[in-house]
Amino acid sequence: MISNQVLSEVEFNVVGKRPLRPDGVDKVTGRAQYGDDTNLTGTLRAKVLRSPHPHARIKSIDTSKAEAFPGVRAVVTAKDLPFASLSKDELGGEYTALKYASDHMLASDKALFKGHPIAALAAVNAHVAESALALIQVEYEVLKPVVDVREAMKDDAPLIHEDLRTNDMGETGDKPSNIATHMSYSTGDIDKGFAEADLVMENEYTTATVHQGYIEPHNTTAFWNSDGQLNIWTSTQGSFQVRGTVAGVLRIPVSQVKVIPMEIGGGFGGKITAYLDAICAVLSKKTGAPVKALMTRTEVFEASGPAPASWMRVKIGVKNNGKMTAVEAEIAMDAGAYPGSPAMQAIVCAFACYDVENGKVDGYDVVDNKPKTAAYRAPGSPQAAFAVESLIDEICGELKMDPIDFRLLNAAKEGTRRIEGLVARRIGLVECLEAARDHDHYKAKLDEGIGRGVACGYWPNRGFQSSVVMTVNYDGVVSLIMGSVDIGGTRASIAQQAAETLGIAYEDVKPTVVDTDSIGYTFITGGSRTAFATGLAAINAAEDVKSQMVSRAAKIWDTDEDDIEYVAGIVQHKSDEELKFTFKDLARQLATTGGSISGRASVDPTGEGNGYAVHIVDVTVDPDTGKTDVTRFTAVQDAGKAVHPSYVEGQMQGGAVQGIGWALNEEYFFDDSGKMMNPTFLDYRMPTSLDLPMIDTVIVEVANPGHPYGVRGVGEASIVPPMAAIGNAVHAATGHRMRSLPITPGRILEAGWENGRS
Amino acid sequence: MEPFDFVSPTTIEEAVKTLASAGDQARILAGGTDLLVQMRAGRRTAPLVVDIKGIPELNVLSYDASKGLTLGAAVPCYKIYEDETVAKVYPGLIDAAFLIGGIQIQGRASIGGNICNAAPSGDAIPAVIALRGVCNVAGPNGTREILCEDFCTAPGQNALKNGEILVSISIPAPQANSGANYLRFIPRNEMDIAVVGVGTSVQLDASGQNFVSARIALASVAPTPVFATEAGDSLAGKAVSEEAIQQASELAMAAAKPISDMRGTIRQRIHLIGVFTRRTLNIAIERARGG
Ligand SMILES: Cc1cc2nc3c(=O)[nH]c(=O)nc-3n(C[C@H](O)[C@H](O)[C@H](O)COP(=O)(O)OP(=O)(O)OC[C@H]3O[C@@H](n4cnc5c(N)ncnc54)[C@H](O)[C@@H]3O)c2cc1C
Repeated sequence: MISNQVLSEVEFNVVGKRPLRPDGVDKVTGRAQYGDDTNLTGTLRAKVLRSPHPHARIKSIDTSKAEAFPGVRAVVTAKDLPFASLSKDELGGEYTALKYASDHMLASDKALFKGHPIAALAAVNAHVAESALALIQVEYEVLKPVVDVREAMKDDAPLIHEDLRTNDMGETGDKPSNIATHMSYSTGDIDKGFAEADLVMENEYTTATVHQGYIEPHNTTAFWNSDGQLNIWTSTQGSFQVRGTVAGVLRIPVSQVKVIPMEIGGGFGGKITAYLDAICAVLSKKTGAPVKALMTRTEVFEASGPAPASWMRVKIGVKNNGKMTAVEAEIAMDAGAYPGSPAMQAIVCAFACYDVENGKVDGYDVVDNKPKTAAYRAPGSPQAAFAVESLIDEICGELKMDPIDFRLLNAAKEGTRRIEGLVARRIGLVECLEAARDHDHYKAKLDEGIGRGVACGYWPNRGFQSSVVMTVNYDGVVSLIMGSVDIGGTRASIAQQAAETLGIAYEDVKPTVVDTDSIGYTFITGGSRTAFATGLAAINAAEDVKSQMVSRAAKIWDTDEDDIEYVAGIVQHKSDEELKFTFKDLARQLATTGGSISGRASVDPTGEGNGYAVHIVDVTVDPDTGKTDVTRFTAVQDAGKAVHPSYVEGQMQGGAVQGIGWALNEEYFFDDSGKMMNPTFLDYRMPTSLDLPMIDTVIVEVANPGHPYGVRGVGEASIVPPMAAIGNAVHAATGHRMRSLPITPGRILEAGWENGRS
Repeated sequence: MEPFDFVSPTTIEEAVKTLASAGDQARILAGGTDLLVQMRAGRRTAPLVVDIKGIPELNVLSYDASKGLTLGAAVPCYKIYEDETVAKVYPGLIDAAFLIGGIQIQGRASIGGNICNAAPSGDAIPAVIALRGVCNVAGPNGTREILCEDFCTAPGQNALKNGEILVSISIPAPQANSGANYLRFIPRNEMDIAVVGVGTSVQLDASGQNFVSARIALASVAPTPVFATEAGDSLAGKAVSEEAIQQASELAMAAAKPISDMRGTIRQRIHLIGVFTRRTLNIAIERARGG
C-alpha cells in the first residue's frame, strides 16, 4: 500500500523535490538556538503574578514587600505602562484598542480570566522571582464569571467590559453587551431555497475551547539599552507583529524596537500575540539589565491564546437527488477576554466547499472570562466544518447517498460565488474528492465493528506582505535573506523556489531568517501564506538578480543587454555561442567588474489559491467503554504545487493529528467558578503517538494561477475535516450522532444510555 | 519551587532519626515522580527532602518460593518488569509497573512511592492489594507491618506516623492455580490517570473450574483505593461462570463510591468498574489456568 502519494501535474528541477532542510542538523544535534537559549550577560529573570480569579475587580496592589525582597530588582504593574498616564481625551478613537492591548499584557482595572497578568517582577534568578511573587498583595473584588459562549450572550450575563456595545453590521448597540460583533452574509433567497427542498435538516452543535499545544512555551528576553534601543529575542510567528504590538503598547516608534526571532518550537497560530515582551521591556528599562521570562505549561494553557469554543446551528435543504438548495448557519464563538474570535472567518468558511444558490450565515463574536483566543490553524473553519459536515453526513444517510458522491454533486469549483461574494478562481476540491473516492482506503471493505467517515475542509489561504533580499557571493552561492520565521520548513521551500528561478542547485542557496532591522516588513508566518507569498518575493528577487547578472555580462562583453539571455542558470549571448557564463563563472567575476549583486523584492500578492482537503477515517468504538480508536486515516489535499512534498505531508499529517485530538479528547475543562481544571498535558489530553495510526496522504496538485509554480498554502486546510470525519465514523460504528466536541468515551456511553442500549 | 535542604541517608536508622526530628518539615524522596511534580506545582512544600534511594534495604528485589517477593520501596518499575523471575511469577504486579507513566517515568517511579503517595488512582495499589501485599514499615519505635489495603487513609494521606518510612513490600508466593491481573481505563493509550482501575487475583481448584478464593481491589472510585471484599468473597467456592463473574462485578460496582470530575462521571465510573472487573477476572482466570 502506498502511504504517501503525489498526484503531480507539472515537474520542475528543484521545486517538487525533497532536499535536506538547512536547519536540520542544528535541530537534531540540539544546537539550534531557541528563545530560552538566549543568555545575555547579567540577565534577570521575570515572573508574572496572575489572577487566580476568572473575573474580578482589582481594588489594590501592594508591591512593597516584593520590592524589598533580597534579589528583586524591579516590579511592574499596569501603572508602569503608558496607557495608565494617558487620558481618554488624549487617546480619542485609539482609547479602546490601546486599553485592550495594554490591559491584556497587564490588567489595570479588572482581571478578565484566570491567569490574567496583574504584576510582574525581575529578580536575580527564577527562584527568587517566584518566591517574591508571593509577596505581592492584591485585593480583589471577585465578580461572577461566565465561561460559556451562549451564557455570555444572555442579557443578564455578567458584563466583561462595561462599555462594550455590539457592532451589529456597522450599527452600535444601545446597551452594553458581551456580543462584540454580529456579522451576516447572505446570497440568493433562502426562503425560496428551503421551499424548493425535498428534505430540510437542522441541528445544533458545540465545540470546546482547545489549545494549539505547541511544545515550546512562550519566552522572551528584552533589553532596553540606555540609548533607547529596545531589542527583543523571542519565539514568535511574526517578528514584525511583535515589534508593532510592543511599540504600540509602549508608545514608541517601531524603529526603536528590534525583534530577533529565535527558532520556534511550534506555534500553529498561537505565537502571533505578544504576551511577555512588553513586560520584560519595561522591567529591563527599570533595571538597565536584560530581562528574560519563560512561561510554564500551566501559564501557556491559562494565559496564552487557545481557540474558541463555539455554538452553531446549521440548516440545509436538499432535493431528493442530493442537490443542495439552501443553507443557513448561525455561529457564535467566544473570543475570551477581548473581542476578536474568528467567528467571521467561520461564517465565510462554513459553506465554502459547496456551490449553493441560496444561503445565509450569521456570526457572533462574544467575550467571556477565558484567555483571549488566538489563531489556531485555519481559525474558525474547523468548528464550522464540524457542524456543516456532520449535518451533511446525516443528510446523506437520509438520502442513502454516498457521501463523496453527494459532495461531488455540490462541490464548489472555479466560478462558484461564495456566500461573502467572492468568486472562486481555479480550485481543486473536485480533484480532491475524486482522489479520495478512488483511493484504496475508500474502496477497502469495512470489517465488522469499523465505522468510516469522510468530510471536507476549506481554508482560503493568505497573501500579504513579504520581503526578500538575495546576495550573490563570489563563489556563486546565493544568500537568501528573509523575514519569515520558519515553522514548517519554509527556509527550504523558499530556497527551492529561488533556486528554481535562478536555475541553480538548491544547495547553492543559503537561506537565513533575520531580525526586523535587517529586512523589509514581512507579515507573520501564518494563514498558510509563507511558501506562497515569501516564495513569490524570493522569485521576484531572483528575477532581479537575473537581470543584474545579464547587465553585468553585457558590461563584460561590452554588448547590449538585449543581446543576452538568462536560460537555466546560464548567462549567454543570443547569437555568439562563444559568449557564455555559468552562474558561478559570472559570480567569480563580480568583484572585478563592479562589485557584488543583490536582488530584492517586497510583495503584497493577492493571487493566493484557496486550499481544500478531504479526509477519510476508520474508527472502532469499544461498546463497553465508549473509547474510540482511529484505525486508518487518509488525508487528501490540494497543494497547488508541493514545493517540498515531505513538508506538505508533514503539514497534512500534523493538521490531521491536531484534528483527531480536537475530535476525541482535547478540551478546556472549567469548574463552577470558571477556573480551568486541566492546565497540564496530563489532563489536557492531546493524542500521543500510541493513539494514532499512520496518517496516509495524497497530495493533489491543481496549480494556483496566482503563482508561477502553482503554489497554494498547505498549512491549515488539513485541520478542518477531522472532527466531522471522526464524528461521522463514530456514527457509522455506533449509530450515535455526536454533536458536541470532544467525542469522549463518557459522551459515547451517555449517548448509548440515552438511546436505550448500553 | 522553593529552595530546600537535601539529605541522603544510607541507613534506615539515620533516615528515621532525620525524619523524626524534622517532623512535618521533611518529605521522603524515592523516584520523585510524584513529589517533585507536586513541589514544582506548589502543591507541596518541603523544607527538607530526604532521599531514601541510598538505603540498601529499600533497593532489595528478591524472590524466594517460600517467602515470596520482597520489593524494596524505592525499586523503580523498570527493574521490576525487567527481572525475569518477578515478571514470570507476578504478572499481575507487572501489569501495574508497566502502566505507570511512560518509559522515562518507569526509570524512576517506585511501587513504594506509588503506595505512599496514596492517590485514589495509584495504579500499583489495587494490584498489590489483590496480591495480598504487606507494607513493612520502620520507625522510631521499631518495625511494624501494615496490610496494603489499610495503608492509604485519605487522598494523599497514609498510615505512616511521624518518623516512619516504608521499607519494603512483601508479597506472598502465589498459591497453586492462581492468577492475577490489573487493568485500568484511560481515554488515551498512555500517559493518563485511571478513570477507574481494577486489580484482581483468583485461586482456582486443581480442575481450574472452580474458584477457591478471589480478591478484588479498585482504583479511582473513592477517596482511597477500595478493597472490594464482598465482591471477591462472592466467588469463593463457586464454579467459574459468566454468571458468577457478573455477580462479582455487580458487587464491585456497589463497592465503588466515585465522584464526578473532569476525568469521569459517577455513572461512567461505576459502569466501568463492572466492565473492568469482568475483564480483569477473565484474564486472572486464564493466567490461573496457565494461559
Ligand atoms: C508523567 C507521569 C506519569 C505518571 N503516570 C502514572 C500512572 O500511569 N499511574 C500511576 O499510578 N502514577 C503515575 N504517575 C505518578 C507517579 O509516577 C507514581 O505514583 C510513582 O509510582 C511514584 O513513585 P516515586 O518513586 O516517583 O515516588 P516519589 O515521588 O518519590 O514519592 C511519592 C510520595 O511517597 C512518599 N514516599 C516515597 N517513598 C516513601 C517511603 N519509602 N516511605 C514513606 N514515604 C515515601 C513521598 O514523600 C511522596 O509523598 C505519573 C507521574 C508522572 C510524572
